[in-house]
Parts: sequence; structure tokens; C-alpha cells
Amino acid sequence: MVNLIDIVLMGLLLITAFAIVRMRDLFAIVMLFSIYSLASASFFVNLDAVDVALTEAAVGAGISTVLMLGTLAMTRRHEERRPRQPHLLPLFIVAVTGAVLIYGTLDMPHFADPAAPIHQHVVPRYIEQSGTEIGIPNIVASILASYRGFDTLGETAVVFTAGLGVLTLLGRFGRREELSDGRSMYHDMILRVIGKALVPLMLLFALYVQFHGELGPGGGFQAGVVAAAAFILYSIVFGWDRAQKIISPFALNIMMACGVSLYALVGVAGMLLGGEFLNYNVLGSYPAGGQHLGIFLVELGVGITVAAVMLSIYFDFAARLAVRKLEGE
Amino acid sequence: MISANLPALQVIIPLLAAPLAFLLRKPRLVWPFALLTTVLTLLVSIGLLQQVLDQGVISYAMGGWSPPWGIEYRVDSANAFVALIVSAMGAIVMFYAGTSIRHELPEHKQTLFHVAYLLCLAGLLGIVVTGDAFNVFVFLEVSSLSTYIMVSLGANRRALTATFQYLIMGTLGATFILIGVGLMYVMTGTLNMVDLAQRLPEVAETRTIYSAFAFVTVGVCLKLALFPLHGWLPNAYAYAPSVATAFVASTATKVAIYVLLRFVLTIFGVTFSFNTMPLGQILMVLAILAILIPSTVAIYQTNIKRLFAYSSVGQVGYIILGISFGTVLGVSAGLLHIFNHALMKGGIFLALGCLYYRTGSVQLDAFRGLGKTMPWTMAAIVVGGLGLVGVPLTAGFISKWYLVMAALEQGYWPLAVVVLAGSLLAAVYLWKLVEMAYFQQPDNATEVREAPLALLLPTWLVIASTIYFGINTDLTIGVATLAAETLIEGVR
Amino acid sequence: MVLGLYNYWIVVLLMMTGFYIVIAHGNLIKKVVGLNIFQTSVIIMYVSMGKVRDGAPPILTDGVTLYSNPLPHVLMLTAIVVGVATTALALSLVIRINEAYGSVEEEDIHTQEQSS
Repeated sequence: MVNLIDIVLMGLLLITAFAIVRMRDLFAIVMLFSIYSLASASFFVNLDAVDVALTEAAVGAGISTVLMLGTLAMTRRHEERRPRQPHLLPLFIVAVTGAVLIYGTLDMPHFADPAAPIHQHVVPRYIEQSGTEIGIPNIVASILASYRGFDTLGETAVVFTAGLGVLTLLGRFGRREELSDGRSMYHDMILRVIGKALVPLMLLFALYVQFHGELGPGGGFQAGVVAAAAFILYSIVFGWDRAQKIISPFALNIMMACGVSLYALVGVAGMLLGGEFLNYNVLGSYPAGGQHLGIFLVELGVGITVAAVMLSIYFDFAARLAVRKLEGE
Repeated sequence: MISANLPALQVIIPLLAAPLAFLLRKPRLVWPFALLTTVLTLLVSIGLLQQVLDQGVISYAMGGWSPPWGIEYRVDSANAFVALIVSAMGAIVMFYAGTSIRHELPEHKQTLFHVAYLLCLAGLLGIVVTGDAFNVFVFLEVSSLSTYIMVSLGANRRALTATFQYLIMGTLGATFILIGVGLMYVMTGTLNMVDLAQRLPEVAETRTIYSAFAFVTVGVCLKLALFPLHGWLPNAYAYAPSVATAFVASTATKVAIYVLLRFVLTIFGVTFSFNTMPLGQILMVLAILAILIPSTVAIYQTNIKRLFAYSSVGQVGYIILGISFGTVLGVSAGLLHIFNHALMKGGIFLALGCLYYRTGSVQLDAFRGLGKTMPWTMAAIVVGGLGLVGVPLTAGFISKWYLVMAALEQGYWPLAVVVLAGSLLAAVYLWKLVEMAYFQQPDNATEVREAPLALLLPTWLVIASTIYFGINTDLTIGVATLAAETLIEGVR
Repeated sequence: MVLGLYNYWIVVLLMMTGFYIVIAHGNLIKKVVGLNIFQTSVIIMYVSMGKVRDGAPPILTDGVTLYSNPLPHVLMLTAIVVGVATTALALSLVIRINEAYGSVEEEDIHTQEQSS
């Protein structure tokens, strides 16, 4: 039974990927990409990667698609021009790369083999000890926030950099002109009513994912994205200027920086208390307590930064669109 | 407490400083803060190198979890050396940036630039100091993304397309590295570099590891702009703001070369990489092409920043040539040139920034009569250029000398000719500039004065050091050789 | 062997499709989509490596002894985030390029750059 779902999902992935190659309509391509992402997320659930599935669905099918559509709205090209002769060089490069990769898989342990090396060496300690050392059920969260917490700090820095980058390229840092955006969906009653009902539910769900991430799938990233999505929905339905009155870009800038700083400062606290950077054991009176506190704070930092950055990126895109509309008039 | 945590501080100081600088908002506050950060980072690098020379390899367990369950920071003479180069250039260029950025960027972008700069510095140092293969990927992305931001702030609209191309190629490279690490992980079960080095020999003869090797090396070669994967570099260097070019040209490709060394020598091991896989031969061929072809293309450029960008691709060829021998002498020649080229190219791009500050152009025409109007700036370019050619008394001569020695040690006489040919080509494009600057009359229409002291001082600090290290070579040769030995010896 | 590895082969096919889109197509937006497909496929590869037959999702539960490998999941969470960060930057660049050149087709942009 599992295998059947496997095959169906993989088939879907292949079909969408090939369709994207052949299609010229950019809008259709973006929608196909969204399907690809969602199919991947389902595939991840099938592969027992529940945290990854949640993140992929939120980020890939959610945020990435929104940004691509935003880009399309501004470039207004719905059709790609007819391509030149099929390039032999790219095909050749791709063929060689694919061949090397397939060659490489030939000596790999078979799919889902429990005796594979990667299940024997480092991971058993995580599975066996994380319950006592760290004390939370979600092993992925233990590794993400504690054992390999430094990677996650780097990742949060990446998110911050993305927010910084979009702000630099599209945003209006330091300039506080008022732009009003006539394009809201306020007149559409169904959207207005459902939007109003969904936004608080989404925020509640975001909080749930944030704080429940230790016990089940979830954590800072997913929570941040869902929270941002709630505000993006509000912004789409009720207008971007109203959304900015609730959370201003200035506040978002502060939140962006504070989240990643919080993460780094928790690490510094560990150093000041005699341990290494990001050592949580020293944060509490007993190690597992320290771990709980450390993970809680760190995930909070991640959630704040991710939510702020995603929303800030969306606002930057929306502002650019509004500026174009004004200048176009 | 500070000395025990130096490895972590090396990366944390710029990493934490970036969001804090962002919160400060005003450029007038942000620049001094950023400068302070880069100076502190430099001090940590010096301290770290000192510690390594005294105590040997330093191992630091992030989060208190010992490797391979936690992420390890592992500092030996090789990466302490590279970290020093990165942070030194980071600090000097930041000092220069105070004036340069205020001139080149609108006010509301200046803060954003400085924050991106700090993130880039943190990212590069994170790559250098870490002992975990996946951690390399994360910080590689931090440094890459922040570099894209900096480059995109160039005034010309071509900065945008240059950044886009850089982004696409850079992300492909990083993804290749990720694939390679994944293949290594699936066969060994670990991500820690030392652990990988110990577990790889059992599985080294598998097709998966051959594949992994291929993907990692191709990905890294894309990042270090080895011919023919250098397409992103000329435009990115040419159209970025002066400060960005100077910083990135002296650090980014060097760090990528370090990553190559780390993977090829420490993780895969010199026997596997050079005997089992034909790495030496392939690198040698590409390096020769890199020395000859881009240097020739450089001669035809009228945009002088682009000229020196192509020159950089050629100089990377020298470094890779040294590495392709797989010997201590060869690798130390490569490491030496990493140090020396960072200084020479950094200095030249700083000087070009001085020129841009006064004339608003980096085209060949702007050099007309520059010997008279901006004597110090031009002299800096000449001295740096002489270093690129490899004239005795410059640092460039030392590394080329070592390179030729390494080639002769292996019996590769023709390669000495190639190195000489490269020097000749460099002399040709240098002569182009010298001829325009000293043998032509300046344009009397525009009043051009010498660049301000705030820009000249850091430029000459860097250029003077290329002379200093051309004469007093104990430190550089000593550390480079030690580093090469450590790398080749590996960690069995 | 085919049965044991076909999962990976299909993932390789997906990766190469994404890679092809990036290098063969001239439309900048399509390149970004291709890049995303490439990266997502790499993620699928890593996650496939972590699956254990009859294993459970790696959340400690009473009565479960065999879990799928959590480490690839952690690594791929990072990869997804890196991917969206890159996409956001890339798309912002596309918007700015469109404003500066009036087009998002590589050919047009190239022509404009040659002539100026």
C-alpha cells in the first residue's frame, strides 16, 4: 500500500517537472511548481519526514509561490518567447551530470535498508539518548535546536540575510513615504468574511506549532511561516496599507534583527556561564532543564525572525507593485 | 574564558554584530560599529593563529556536544592562516569603506551595505573555522547571499544582471557541494570532517564516493572560479561597488580554495584524490588554461576593473597549479599565493576605488595622465601590478618562485615556461595602464586631485605589505609550509 | 537492485530536469523555478536516504522501537530555508532587472548590454 502512494506521488512529481520544461505560460509554470512542492511535501510524509513536510508545504507551496506570483504581477509577462534551437550543450551537461549521479547510486545501500551505515553510526545516540539528555519527544527538534544548534543559527542568519537582501533591492529602508494601494479585495464579500475568520485561526495555529514543536512536528520555522501567512492573507484581502498599520515595516525590521540576536545571545549566555557557545546545560539548575530553556528561547528567536522576514519580503514586493502602479498613472 | 572560546568568537562577533548594526540604522553610527567589529575579529584571528602555533590543533565543541554528534570547530595552521587573511582584509577594507561607501551609495543603502558586509565576513570565517561538512554549506550560503546583496548595489544596471548570473552559478555550485556531501554521508553516516576522513578509506573504492568526489570538486571549482567555470566573476567584480570588489576579490575565491584543500586533502586524503582519482592531472590542465587564456582576455579590456577581474581568474590558476602537484611544496606555494594575491589584488582594487572616487570612471580613458594627477594612486596600482607580474622584491615573486620550485621538483620543466608566459601576459596588461598613465597628457578639462587620505592610507597599507612580505618572508613561508604539511599528512 | 534503487533514480531524473531548466532556458523567472525544482529534488534525495523500512517518524513514542533517521530531516530543514532565501533574492533581482531593461529574457538583456 505504501509503495502505491510512493509511485503515484513520484509520477506526479515527474509529470509536473516535465510539464514545466515544456510550458511557455509562466503563470501555469508557477502553479505547476506549487503542485510539485505540495506533492513533495506529501511524499515526505510518506517517508516519515513530518517536520520536513510541514516546512516544505509552508515554504515551497506557500511563500515561494506567493513571491513568484508577485514577480509575475510586476513583470507582466505571461508568455515566454519561443525558445531558440534546443541547445545541445545544456543537454550534454545534464546528461553527463545525471550519468555520474546514477553511477554513484549503484553502490549505495538500497532504499529504506535499516542496516545502512547512516543508521548505525551517529544517529543511534540521538534516538536513544535524546529522551534523557534533552527531554523532548521530537528528535528532529532536539538535533535541530541543540545537538546541531549552530547550524540552525547559521540558517536563521540566512533568513535574516534574505530579508536584508529584499529590503536592499526592493524596499524603502529609511524612507517613510505613505503609499496607498487601491488594490484590495475588500469588495469581495466571500473573501472578506472567510479572511476575517481564517486569520485568527492561522495565528493560533502558528502559536500552536511554535510551542508544540517539541512534542510533535513543528518548531520555529514552520510557526514563523504560518504566522507570516496569516498577515499576508490579511494584507491581500484588506489591503496592504491597512496591514502596514497593524505591523509597520519599521517594527518588522526590529523583529528581524531581534530574533537572530536572541539566538546568538543565548549562545553567548552559555559561554558566560562557563560552557561553550550554545551549551544549554549550564542554563538551568539541571541539564535537561537548561536544555528546555535553551531550546525554547532559541526556537522563539527563530520564529520571530522567520515571521518578520517573510512578512517583510511580502511587504517589499507589494510596495514595489504599488510604486509601479502610482508611477504608471 | 575569552581565550578558550576564541574559535567560536571568531564567527560570533561579526555574526551577532550584523543584526545589532541593523538596529542602529544611521550610517553615522553603523560604520564605526562595523569597523570596531572587524578590528575585534582581526584580533581574534591573530590570537587564534598564535594559539595554533603554540598548542597545535584546536578543537571546540559547539553546544558542548562532542563530535560527531555535535558540530566541531577545528582550527589548525591552514585555516588559522586563511582566517587571518580574511579578517585582515575585512578590517582594512572596512576602514576604507567609511569614505568610499558614503560616496558611492545613497544614504539609505549604506547601512544595508555594512550589515551585508558583516554577514559576509561572518559567513567566510564560518566556512574557514568549521570542522563539519554540512556546516560549511550553511555558512557558504550566508556568505554567498550577503555577497549577492553587496554586488547588486553597484551603480550600473549591469550590477543587477551580474548579480543574477552570480546567484544562479553560485547556487548551482553550492547545490553540487550539497549533493556530494549527501553521497559521502550516505556511505559513512557522519558529517564531521575528521570522522569522515577516518571512515572514508573503507568505502573509498565505491562508485558512490567517486561520484561524491566529482560533485564536491566541481561545486567548489565553480565557487573559486576555476576556468572554465569562471563566467560569473568578471562582471560581478566589475560592476560591484569598489569596496565590495576589493573585499570579495581578496577573500571569497581564497576561501573556496581553502574548502577545496580541506575536502581533497583532509577528508578524502591525498592518496585517494591524486592517485585513485585523476584530480592532479585535471587541475593541472585547467590551471594552465586559466593562467594563459583569461590573462590574454584581460589585455583587451577597456573597463579596468574587468581587466583585473580576468587577472584574478588567471592568478587562481597559479594557485590551483601549485595544488595540482599534490606535494608539500606545491600546496605551500598555493597557500602562499592565496596570502600574497589577496594583498595584491585587494590593494589594486582599493586603488581603483580611489580612482573611481575622483573621476567616477574605471575605463582606460580615465587613466590618461594619471601619473601626474593622482601619483599615489597610480603608484599603488603599479606596485600591485608588479607583484602580479612577479618582479623580485614583491610578494608575488615569492609565490611564483615557490611554484616554479614545486614544478621543477616534479620534473615539469614546461610548466616553468607556462608560469613565465603568464607573467609576460600580466606585464602586457600592466604596461597598457602604465603607458596611458605616464606617457599621455591628462585631460585638462577636468580637475582631478589625488584621492583623500582616508582612502589612500588603507590602500598603501595593503600595497606596502606586498613589498614587506616580498622581503620578509619568514612568517608567510613558515606558516604556509606548516599548513601544507598538516593538510597533506591528514588525520588518520 | 533496480527495485532497491529506483527511488533514487527517479529523484536523479527530477534533479536533472530542474538543472536543465536552469541552464537551457532564457527566461529569468523560469530559471528561478528550475533552480527551485533542482533544490527540492536534492531534498527529496536526502530524505529518501533517511527512510527506514517499517520505521516510524522520529518522534519518541511509547511502544515504538524503530524510527526513521532524523538527521537528514534536520539537514533538509536547513536546505529548504536556504532555498527560499535564494529564491526571494533571485526574484527581487528579476523585478529590478525588468525595471532596468524592460525584459526578463536573457537574449533581450544581452542584446541591450552589447549595444550600450
